[in-house]
Amino acid sequence: MDAGLFFLFAAIALVCGINVVVQTHPIKSALSLVGVMGALAVLYLLLGAEFIAAVQVVVYAGAIMVLFVFVIMLLNADGETRVSRARLANWLGIPLLITLLGMISYLIQREIPYSPRVVFGAFGRGGPRDVGRLLFTEYLLPFEVTSVLILIAILGAVVLARKEIE
Amino acid sequence: MNFFLLTLIKAGIVAVVLLTTLAYLQWVERKVIAHIQLRLGPSRVGPHGLLQPLADVVKLLTKEDVQPREVNRFFYIMAPLLAVGLALTSIAVIPFGPTVEIAGVETNMQLADINIGVLFLLAISSISVYGVALAGWASNNKYALLGGLRAAAQMVSYELPLALAIASPLLMLNTLSLREIVNGQEGFLFGFLPRWAIFQGPMPQLVAFAVFLIAAFAETNRVPFDLPEAENELVAGFHTEYSSMKFASFFMAEYANMVTMCSIGTTLFLGGWHPPFPHAFSDFVPALLFFGAAAMAFYHGLNPARRKDRLTLPVFALVFAAIGLLLLLPAAQTVLVPLFWFVSKTGFLLFVFIWVRGTLPRFRYDQLMQFAWTRLFPIGILNLFLTGLLVALQK
Repeated sequence: MDAGLFFLFAAIALVCGINVVVQTHPIKSALSLVGVMGALAVLYLLLGAEFIAAVQVVVYAGAIMVLFVFVIMLLNADGETRVSRARLANWLGIPLLITLLGMISYLIQREIPYSPRVVFGAFGRGGPRDVGRLLFTEYLLPFEVTSVLILIAILGAVVLARKEIE
Repeated sequence: MNFFLLTLIKAGIVAVVLLTTLAYLQWVERKVIAHIQLRLGPSRVGPHGLLQPLADVVKLLTKEDVQPREVNRFFYIMAPLLAVGLALTSIAVIPFGPTVEIAGVETNMQLADINIGVLFLLAISSISVYGVALAGWASNNKYALLGGLRAAAQMVSYELPLALAIASPLLMLNTLSLREIVNGQEGFLFGFLPRWAIFQGPMPQLVAFAVFLIAAFAETNRVPFDLPEAENELVAGFHTEYSSMKFASFFMAEYANMVTMCSIGTTLFLGGWHPPFPHAFSDFVPALLFFGAAAMAFYHGLNPARRKDRLTLPVFALVFAAIGLLLLLPAAQTVLVPLFWFVSKTGFLLFVFIWVRGTLPRFRYDQLMQFAWTRLFPIGILNLFLTGLLVALQK
């Protein structure tokens, strides 16, 4: 059953991912991205990382993508108009993409020939307690530096968005 | 017993009870608001308007389903489904009683006991913004769009204080599983004060509970934070263009969210199914309350204010007395008494929701945002910080 669920949600993630690119309307693309995030969360869940799955939904699907959708709705962006592309791009685009993917997979197989078999539900160290402990011991410096970076970004956004005061 | 069969039976029972509660919650709300405003409320359909919810369901089901031109059909239909589906999902992880044994089968009084229950609830609540926002956008109506935008901004803003308020009791109880959270609140301090999270040391969570309640009002788009559907500015907000069953879906979603929020409050702060008095009394208080209600109904039946009360109130008295007797049976007590305390705490919180609706006027939009970010959020952070400090000092 685990393998069946894996293939089901992997397929959903792939279809939604392709849909992000294919759709012309920004809202539809954004919502497809939400679908990708949700499917990925289920994949994490299948591997046994419940905490990461929940955080994936809360942070990505619930906060970041809501903001995306909000801004798109606020700007009332319409579907993008298709610009006519060069004929060469139409003919060569997909074959070149397949070649690229093939090369990447070949390289990965050659460089990392052996990796341990994936076992569903075997990842046991991703609980909130483990994550918290690691964040405050081993990864304390990167964690704090990241938070300062985000703080700087927030301040920058506030300064840029502020109205000019004469 | 088979796990699937057991889950199916439990899900069936919970679904029937929940949907009936949602229908009758509306009746309760109309009655309470009416009495606050010195009116009678629904009183025509059935005794005391008790059949009004049924009439409403029939009305909403049989109404014409108008679908305006130029709507985005896919999202227009998906939005109410999303709203009501997500709202009904979150009840699955709420525990309403201890582990009980019925007819030889031992089971939790809960649909799914998952070890990240609290995070699951937060995840569902953060996604449910989409239902409202998409409804506003897909309707192709400026009022609906403004309502949807307001709802999205409001729900995202108030989610932060909500999460901070939820996090504080978690620090004290040291788990994310809702069942263990309730188990951690068992017992009494000094022999009489229940060890609920709002009373428990090292940091009684009264402030967190207040922040939680306020944020819950905003998350469920209820008065005084019902700006997404402020009718004197926005017609009806995000559901302006919806009719018939689709409108009813939004309605149901709102009430289901209310029930969920009140259950979360009960579970995290008010000790879940644990009684407010020591066990020697608490097993008999429910029965006593029902007998009291029966006596009151019977008395008013003997001195009727209206003629038909002579018939209806004694019938109610009989029903109450029967429930009271049932609560005295030792076999039924293990199941019904915890359920009674859970339901009565949740019911009290629901009453507060309705009470506030009958009392407070609506906020202005800038006040709403100002309040969230400059008052509620700092208070929540300060409370979380203090709780963490005290818990760390205690260890």
